[in-house]
Amino acid sequence: MHEKTVQQHAEALKKGEYSSVELTTHYLDRIKQHESLNAFITTTESQALEQAERADKRIQSGDATTLTGIPIAQKDIFCTKGVLTTCGSKILEGFISPYDATVITKINDQGMVMLGKTNMDEFAMGSSNETSFYGPVQNPWDTGKVPGGSSGGSASAVAARLAPVASATDTGGSIRQPAAFCGLTGIKPSYGRVSRYGMIAFASSLDQAGIITRNAEDAALMLQAMSGFDARDSTSLDLEVPDYMATLEDSIAGKTIGLPKEFFGDGVDSAVADAIQLAIRELEALGAKTVEVELPNSEVGIPCYYVLAPAEASSNLSRFDGVRYGFRAGEYDDLNDMYEQTRAEGFGEEVQRRIMIGTYVLSSGYYDAYYIKAQKLRRMISDDFTRAFQKCDLIAGPTTPGTAFPLADKNDDPVAMYLNDIFTNSVNLAGLPGISVGAGLDEAGLPIGLHLIGKYLDESTILNVAHQYQKVTDWHLKAPGGFA
Amino acid sequence: MQWETVIGLEIHVQLQTKSKIFSGASTAYGAAPNTQACEVSIALPGVLPVMNTEAARLAVKFGLAIGAEINQRSVFARKNYFYPDLPKGYQISQFEIPIVGKGEVEIEMDGKRRKIGVTRAHLEEDAGKSLHENFDKETGIDLNRAGTPLLEIVSEPDMRSAEEAVAYLRKIHSIVRYLGISDGNMQEGSFRCDANVSVRPVGQSEFGTRAELKNINSFRFVEKAIRIEVDRQIDLLEDGGEVVQETRLYDSDKNETRSMRSKEEAHDYRYFPDPDLPPMILDDAFIADVKQSLPELPHERKERFIDSFSLGVQESDQLTQDKALADFFEEVNTTSAAGPRIACNWILGELSASLNNEDLEITQSKISAPQMATLLDRIHDKTISGKLAKEVFAAMWQGEGDADSVIEKRGLKQITDSGEIEAIVDQVLADASDQVQQYKDGNQKVIGFFVGQIMKISQGKANPQQVNEILRKKLD
Repeated sequence: MHEKTVQQHAEALKKGEYSSVELTTHYLDRIKQHESLNAFITTTESQALEQAERADKRIQSGDATTLTGIPIAQKDIFCTKGVLTTCGSKILEGFISPYDATVITKINDQGMVMLGKTNMDEFAMGSSNETSFYGPVQNPWDTGKVPGGSSGGSASAVAARLAPVASATDTGGSIRQPAAFCGLTGIKPSYGRVSRYGMIAFASSLDQAGIITRNAEDAALMLQAMSGFDARDSTSLDLEVPDYMATLEDSIAGKTIGLPKEFFGDGVDSAVADAIQLAIRELEALGAKTVEVELPNSEVGIPCYYVLAPAEASSNLSRFDGVRYGFRAGEYDDLNDMYEQTRAEGFGEEVQRRIMIGTYVLSSGYYDAYYIKAQKLRRMISDDFTRAFQKCDLIAGPTTPGTAFPLADKNDDPVAMYLNDIFTNSVNLAGLPGISVGAGLDEAGLPIGLHLIGKYLDESTILNVAHQYQKVTDWHLKAPGGFA
Repeated sequence: MQWETVIGLEIHVQLQTKSKIFSGASTAYGAAPNTQACEVSIALPGVLPVMNTEAARLAVKFGLAIGAEINQRSVFARKNYFYPDLPKGYQISQFEIPIVGKGEVEIEMDGKRRKIGVTRAHLEEDAGKSLHENFDKETGIDLNRAGTPLLEIVSEPDMRSAEEAVAYLRKIHSIVRYLGISDGNMQEGSFRCDANVSVRPVGQSEFGTRAELKNINSFRFVEKAIRIEVDRQIDLLEDGGEVVQETRLYDSDKNETRSMRSKEEAHDYRYFPDPDLPPMILDDAFIADVKQSLPELPHERKERFIDSFSLGVQESDQLTQDKALADFFEEVNTTSAAGPRIACNWILGELSASLNNEDLEITQSKISAPQMATLLDRIHDKTISGKLAKEVFAAMWQGEGDADSVIEKRGLKQITDSGEIEAIVDQVLADASDQVQQYKDGNQKVIGFFVGQIMKISQGKANPQQVNEILRKKLD
């Protein structure tokens, strides 16, 4: 059963080949069987089976949508009513959310079945899933390797066929990089497309929810269900969501693909560079044209991101103070000591590092030199994309400079870790949609991701191109050994 | 040395919206702790603020009322600090671009008018409350108030005495009450004030080092706190000391100010634009709509009272400062035929004295405006004299009923029948032949004796004007 995609499950459920309860039970069994991957922080067996029963009734009564009855894993960054919600942190120890995030409500309304909450880097800060309080996650392609992050649990779960689809979020590459490392399709839509209400904030102006699936078709279907205006999120876009499925089969002949020379430089592993060149040949064979474009400010993307994201994070994470919910230190002398002990014990090292960086760059006397300067760079990076898109319909390149690296490899070098997101985080700074699709395997058999970046609000084009690419290639059909 | 005081005020006005500034939770005062704290008020993980445009409407109303610039694009910022009743660890406020820019209000001191500059007024959310009682060494947190909309009105350092500061504070209070944007209740904390106070030698152009006084929750305390702080600073300087920049708390029980935190301990609030809230854009139609809804303001009403009712400047000022008092006056005046002069005299005289005696607001008056109007009508139609009216008023205040029933019950109806009055006059003159002789010898003063006798016999009910006329006729 688990070899099937979301679309294939939908058809099977409709035909009555199996029930949602059977399907759900199957996935729950697999999750248990592959517990050592550590892809889940929480599994929600009883709720899942109840949801599956309700879904089966909906299917029987003809009141079902395409997604009704299909299991999904939810990233533990989304608040889920009545279920432990941790964001990968000790500081949310014991926090049972009293409400559902808008994304969760929308997915529940479809009648999908939540299998559990996936592991993630603490507060989505990380590129390897190693900053999670709940421990690292293994990459099913090589259990000695990281699955990427921060949505490492979601990617690992979908790659290992523990779920056909998993929600994810992306602040600087947290959907696309793990999708690339795990041979999956991961889309981050334009900023504002999906409501952030109930999604625990890391960097509010960059955070965006999306989805990790096995192919672009499933991604289109899921994104359709998740997107749309939400009055509870002032940054959500009050615009009609395009019909993503309707344009998937469009020909890509005549589309112009921009290739930024900055994405094809020395820092990229040769296996990755070669695979991306091949992928581009495939797209050309489908009739697409390519053109070189320039993103001259992309080299300042990382420093700009690592000023703005920590600045916002330092403020967003202030609410975790031990007063109202979650973890509070056991012993303290007074109020200030309670704050200090709670936050020192409750937050991990990387989160503390970013809170300190963020606090520093917002401090009086440093604000102009860091925060304001970074905002100017952000504008320049965004303008680079605008100029580039005058010459092309989408931009292509590698999602990451290399493939999945060994666990504990980059833990002592935060900058090396940050460089993983060099191609992805400028997309967040510009608020653009981006998708990663599997485009090869390196000599060690680890997946390589092709990164497609769309114009603002134009998820349709990148989904269309990704789907057309997947129709002529089979990378997205490959499963890690032992998980097929 | 001669010292000059320099004062600037920061006034926090709770805006009267039904729901909070960034969520749908109710703002009603006095509910059981945390029953009006929704997921946004508690700052659960993942929640987001959404601007309540009604708060913006009320802020713009204030801005237009003081002739201030309205920023049609204003920005919300985060003011970061830790405190248990600040659930997000930051307060959403406005920093670089507030909704209301420069404006001014006029105050009147000893008949002289002065303009006090308003630097800005910005929107922000209120914090919750820490409860220190009944928790056995622990502190309780009530987040009902968290997220209530506030308008912080910041003045220029334009005031030069505690009295001016109070006059300005009263003026702002009066304006927000007129506009109906706040209930202005100082006890409940919906109108709060911090004062920046410094002194400098007369003639010096630079300002002295200032202290910020917090926790002043009545008009009287504002005056006292500033006075005591000015004295403290002058004593310090005259003894060769220095004023340090700090935040000081006013203790009304001891009537002293004491240091809360110094400049070194001051928070670095790390303000930055709130990424959860796009800049607030107010279009021309919105502003025009608010402008149209502006009611008559205190200074406009005062001018109208002077022009239409021929009242004096000072009494018009007294009548119009409190909107409810001005409303009372106007209701009496429209209901009664007695005219504005007599209405003004009675409201600022007997009525205000009685209210003051019992520390009541005009809205708590024991005599309603229609009752007051009837009383004045009875003076006007000569049913009672002005003197007896005071007795009637006192009886009404004590709850004996309205004017007519008191007059009836107490038999206070004025004698206006000239035959009846003439009979009394004749009787008095007949009994006082000595005094009649004195009068005829040129002693005008004895006329008072005759009037007294007549009033005694008539129990004060004889119409004084008629008594006078008849007396003169008989004697001359």
